[in-house]
Amino acid sequence: MATMTMAKALNAALADAMLDDERVVVFGEDVGQLGGVFRITDGLQARFGDKRCFDTPLAEAGIVGFAVGLAMSGLRPVVEMQFDAFAYPAFEQIASHVAKLRNRTRGALSVPIVIRVPYAGGIGGVEHHCDSSEAYYAHTPGLKVVTPATVDDAYSLLRAAVDDPDPVVFLEPKKLYFTSAEAELPARTAPIGTAVVRRPGSDATLIAYGPAVPVALAAAEAAREEGWDLEVVDVRSIVPFDDATVTASVRRTGRCVVIQEAQGFAGVGAEIAARVQERCFHALHAPVLRVSGLDIPYPAPMLEHTHLPSVDRVLDAVARLQWDDQPDTRWVAA
Amino acid sequence: MTTTPQAVRRASPRTRRKTTPAAPDPSAGFMPQREPVRLLEPDGTPLPARDDYPEPPVEALREMYRRMVVGRRFDVQATALTKQGRLAVYPSARGQEACQIGGVLALREDDWVFPTYRESMALTARGLDPVEVLTLLCGDWHCGYDPAATRTAPQCTPLATQCVHAAGLAYGESYQGRDTVALAFIGDGATSEGDFHEGINFAAVFKAPVVYLVQNNKYAISVPLSRQTAAPSLAYKGVGYGVPSEQVDGNDPVAVLAVLDRAVAHARAGKGPYLVEAHTYRMEPHTNADDQTRYRDADEVEAWRDRDPIARLEAYLRARGVLDDAAVAAVAEEAEEYAATLRRRMDSQPTVDPLSLFDHVYAEPTPQLVEQREMVRAELAADGEGDA
Ligand SMILES: Cc1ncc(C[n+]2csc(CCOP(=O)(O)OP(=O)(O)O)c2C)c(N)n1
Ligand SMILES: [Mg+2]
Repeated sequence: MATMTMAKALNAALADAMLDDERVVVFGEDVGQLGGVFRITDGLQARFGDKRCFDTPLAEAGIVGFAVGLAMSGLRPVVEMQFDAFAYPAFEQIASHVAKLRNRTRGALSVPIVIRVPYAGGIGGVEHHCDSSEAYYAHTPGLKVVTPATVDDAYSLLRAAVDDPDPVVFLEPKKLYFTSAEAELPARTAPIGTAVVRRPGSDATLIAYGPAVPVALAAAEAAREEGWDLEVVDVRSIVPFDDATVTASVRRTGRCVVIQEAQGFAGVGAEIAARVQERCFHALHAPVLRVSGLDIPYPAPMLEHTHLPSVDRVLDAVARLQWDDQPDTRWVAA
Repeated sequence: MTTTPQAVRRASPRTRRKTTPAAPDPSAGFMPQREPVRLLEPDGTPLPARDDYPEPPVEALREMYRRMVVGRRFDVQATALTKQGRLAVYPSARGQEACQIGGVLALREDDWVFPTYRESMALTARGLDPVEVLTLLCGDWHCGYDPAATRTAPQCTPLATQCVHAAGLAYGESYQGRDTVALAFIGDGATSEGDFHEGINFAAVFKAPVVYLVQNNKYAISVPLSRQTAAPSLAYKGVGYGVPSEQVDGNDPVAVLAVLDRAVAHARAGKGPYLVEAHTYRMEPHTNADDQTRYRDADEVEAWRDRDPIARLEAYLRARGVLDDAAVAAVAEEAEEYAATLRRRMDSQPTVDPLSLFDHVYAEPTPQLVEQREMVRAELAADGEGDA
């Protein structure tokens, strides 16, 4: 066991994947000599040479389109988008080709690439550096969408993503890059497509992913003082979604709050809430509630704390889960 | 390419003599010079005058000197403000003063500028309030100045996207009968993005009066120019779009202004866009957060000190007898005052009303935003009670 950051675990996962499979190539902007602006590719070029890990011209559509071609030739590209909002130029390649090539060709071609995206906020970044863009990808059939919240999951899920036969959008919560934990590598936690109960509890289930997981855990801790015993489910694989784990938890607790950092409207949390409601209706004692970012463009650094889901907002939502059997009047029109 | 019989025939010496003289190269009018245009040696010694790029009037050069000195002082002050935590981040333009100042000095007040994050110096030189310019990097809001009033687009971070906006704005202006010119700043790295190519092509097809000023400072963060292009110069990128293109020594203030004057005149005359590649160098890291030791040697940076654009212009103007010790001292003093005022004004942390988050998302807030605003207002009220 060693204490390491999530950034280090991701770096180790890339190195080990390159060691195990010589088809793996890593490229993007500043990933070579600099080691990436977050140092996730640190040392890879020195260790594996500049054919295995290299900088490209500055063009995200080019990076992803190039990866599609490399994958068609039999390589296993892992590309880095420098920040969430800077992946948008690549969206056409992702939505029209990466996601669809297998289907269009009846399986004759596949695109086993990994698109790594540092995402979400909480780091005081200026505009275009803090977007939570998971819903765009999750809404695109053909893409797997994964987001770790712990150090060992970061390693394990990235290894699984590289090995996966399908394209994986791998969303890395920036604010967790430099959180550390004990981990023993090579860690293999669980395959893509499985959620995990991070903390057992009996009164209500908090469902979260990526940057919202620590918020959910902190809220569960704080809730103990108020007499609530909360369970926390870490989704970690948005697509494919693990209905079984989520459903089992909510059927057990009978109450549920979904937490996401992204703006709420038409977000992944809405999908989760709908699925829980469909599958757990008879076990629910209260409507499924959501806590999310506000429906605004990601704010400037000085106001981001007002935008982001907080422990208080989660506890407020938990308080509204009809503990005294009184209907929640909040949504009743005056 | 396959060789057609016709091509073989044309290549044979006997028939070649019979053909009419070669048609003029259709790209000739668009081609940049083989070497960057220069009007001063790095030490300020003037080079022979040239017809294609006449030297700007001496008053313009003195003004350029003044704004470059003040601009550099502003830039150094902004970097210092990051160390005090007053700015979240600052991308310095030190070393690029000739391009920053030339880019705005070549324009009229009613022309439009499309800047990137790198152009804080250019914008202050344009006369924008430095505190408003630094709002983005200070973190209280995204764009602190009024783009409509200042005719300066918000500083653009998504690389190269401003190139298409500049084409649209310039076309829109000429469409409405105005002779406004738009100047878009862009970096060497960003010329690899699709939007640079789409922007310049749109501008060319619609004959939009845009000047694209590429500041080739040799790096895109850590990535050297050799990873961006195999072309001998970024100015060649205009040729394929039918856009007259030029390369200039970006640390020669006289040449930069001379080339931009011609580019702006070309655009204003309704002849369409112009592309200028200015060869320069960023003396500071990409931003204060960047570790440049990972990708370039201190020696390389040092070598560029000998090509300092301010010293170059100062030497030239002194030798011409239009700048003396007193004038230099007066400009230096103005620069110090400018920095002191900025320091004082940046001393206090601005307060931002959290409820302003809901303003300007739409012209009128949606019902959902009204609801969320109410939630935040209630939270703030509850917090206020808690504090009391
Ligand atoms: C679309 C997009 N991709 C990536 C980035 C991240 N990024 C910011 S600045 C930069 C380098 C730009 O280099 P260059 O165009 O040469 O301009 P310079 O910073 O040197 O002035 C990169 C990659 C971005 N802002 N936008
Ligand atoms: Mg550059």
